[in-house]
Amino acid sequence: MTTATARLRASPLDALQRWLPKLVLAPSMFIVLVGFYGYILWTFVLSFTTSTFLPTYKWAGLAQYARLFDNDRWWVASKNLLLFGGLFIGITLAIGVFLAVLLDQRIRREGFIRTIYLYPMALSMIVTGTAWKWLLNPGMGLDKLLRDWGWEGFRLDWLIDPDRVVYCLVIAAVWQASGFIMAMFLAGLRGVDQSIIRAAQLDGASLPRIYWTVVLPSLRPVFFSSLMILAHIAIKSFDLVAAMTAGGPGYSSDLPAMFMYSFTFSRGQMGMGSASAILMLGAILAIIVPYLYSELRGKRHD
Amino acid sequence: MTSPVDKPALNLSRIAIHAVLLLAVLLYLVPLVVMLLTSFKTPEDISTGNLLSWPAVFTGIGWAKAWATVNGYFLNSILITVPAVLISTAVGALNGYVLSMWRFRGSQLFFGLLLFGCFLPFQTVLLPASFTLGKLGLASTTSGLVLVHVVYGLAFTTLFFRNYYVSIPEALVKAARLDGAGFFTIFGRIILPMSTPIIMVCLIWQFTQIWNDFLFGVVFSSGDSQPITVALNNVVNTSTGAKEYNVDMAAAMIAGLPTLLVYVIAGKYFVRGLTAGAVKG
Repeated sequence: MTTATARLRASPLDALQRWLPKLVLAPSMFIVLVGFYGYILWTFVLSFTTSTFLPTYKWAGLAQYARLFDNDRWWVASKNLLLFGGLFIGITLAIGVFLAVLLDQRIRREGFIRTIYLYPMALSMIVTGTAWKWLLNPGMGLDKLLRDWGWEGFRLDWLIDPDRVVYCLVIAAVWQASGFIMAMFLAGLRGVDQSIIRAAQLDGASLPRIYWTVVLPSLRPVFFSSLMILAHIAIKSFDLVAAMTAGGPGYSSDLPAMFMYSFTFSRGQMGMGSASAILMLGAILAIIVPYLYSELRGKRHD
Repeated sequence: MTSPVDKPALNLSRIAIHAVLLLAVLLYLVPLVVMLLTSFKTPEDISTGNLLSWPAVFTGIGWAKAWATVNGYFLNSILITVPAVLISTAVGALNGYVLSMWRFRGSQLFFGLLLFGCFLPFQTVLLPASFTLGKLGLASTTSGLVLVHVVYGLAFTTLFFRNYYVSIPEALVKAARLDGAGFFTIFGRIILPMSTPIIMVCLIWQFTQIWNDFLFGVVFSSGDSQPITVALNNVVNTSTGAKEYNVDMAAAMIAGLPTLLVYVIAGKYFVRGLTAGAVKG
């Protein structure tokens, strides 16, 4: 009698226990399916409509994409992304690796120095942009500082020069992210087997040579992770442009993320804005799919 | 790679290395120093001096004016950040717990689908999200921003906890299950007490992300509900009236101080979050 009631009472509880993990995960599953994939699909659909200020679901075929490709500002933004992304990734990696290798030479105040290199990463891109906008101010920023310090012919007016304004974004972005790459590589260097370096040293190889031919090649995974993160930052870069140049002068420093924002939300070109967002997604996918593929394949080999 | 035994010899190349590292320290510090110096100068001082000239008099007028302009938005940022960080961390912890200890058919697939959220360019969800917030009556409210940050923060918070929990030996949980401990008992009694480091990492990561957010803030809020980053951008990029660089810099410092403070206090966890969030699933 008592055992029977116990079983009766226990079974719905047991069932609940079995369902609990699924119940707990259910809201997140809903969020991911709707808020991630559903919304991407929605944006995808919008990019094929004639939507302007309000969403309308009148089919436009590829018209929005065609308009996008006819739009000079989109091409400027895309070319800027290539230029900005290329320089930002290249310079950030070079500086990050360089500083990490130097810091790896048993430096006494390493912890303190690392903290200084990395602090920009804690700041909002808006704060970074504000600071560098002031530093690069033509007439009052570094421009004036270096002349005051005796470099008479020094001019730095890139911020208002349509041909050079992208370099200003690069400088600020490198300042912000290079310490982070340094930290990633330093962590990687700490995992390198000391005996390899010792052995190479015994063979008479110089330290720079050992780093270049043995140590750094062994950090290929860190290199690829860094590359992917930096590319990701570059494609999403929006705040920095908003704070530093707002895309100007004219639209000479526009990036796709900025283009998408201004066409979708300020100019009432929802359809074209959505098309540009889908192309940004394509760019991200082109980078992460090969990366994830090689990651997963690499794991299976282990 | 540090060993205290063999003390490095003081030679030319070591001096050069130290010199380069020190130079880099100074270069990284320049923007911060310039911001601070400028924020304490008078407008006249700014126009006669240069970036690194010492203020003729230290004045707080820039800070006072900046604070008067942005204090409401600073409060908004707190009202957005605190609940969003707590909720997304709690949900992330539970998700990670299920995805590592209570796997079921399809849970791995879900994890894969979720991971993509770490790379998602938010531009692809902005419009539908703003329609949804409108329908829910949350457009231009701080609660709306909390919701958005929770939703799009889930990918990272879940990833943090899931990766931390898979390294906990399963035998521990199996034994507790045999003893009759249930889902939440195991979580509360065994898992949670072991989670302090990853909770710290997750809280700090989310705090920095949400406090520093600009995109969601500028799209989903207006006027009185804007976060500090949007307010700062408005202060800096208004073209009316004379530019007051001391106010701009003070406002930038106000917007940057909370995350800088967290970084200085808990830098260890900040770095771990960056690298954990960065390196694989």
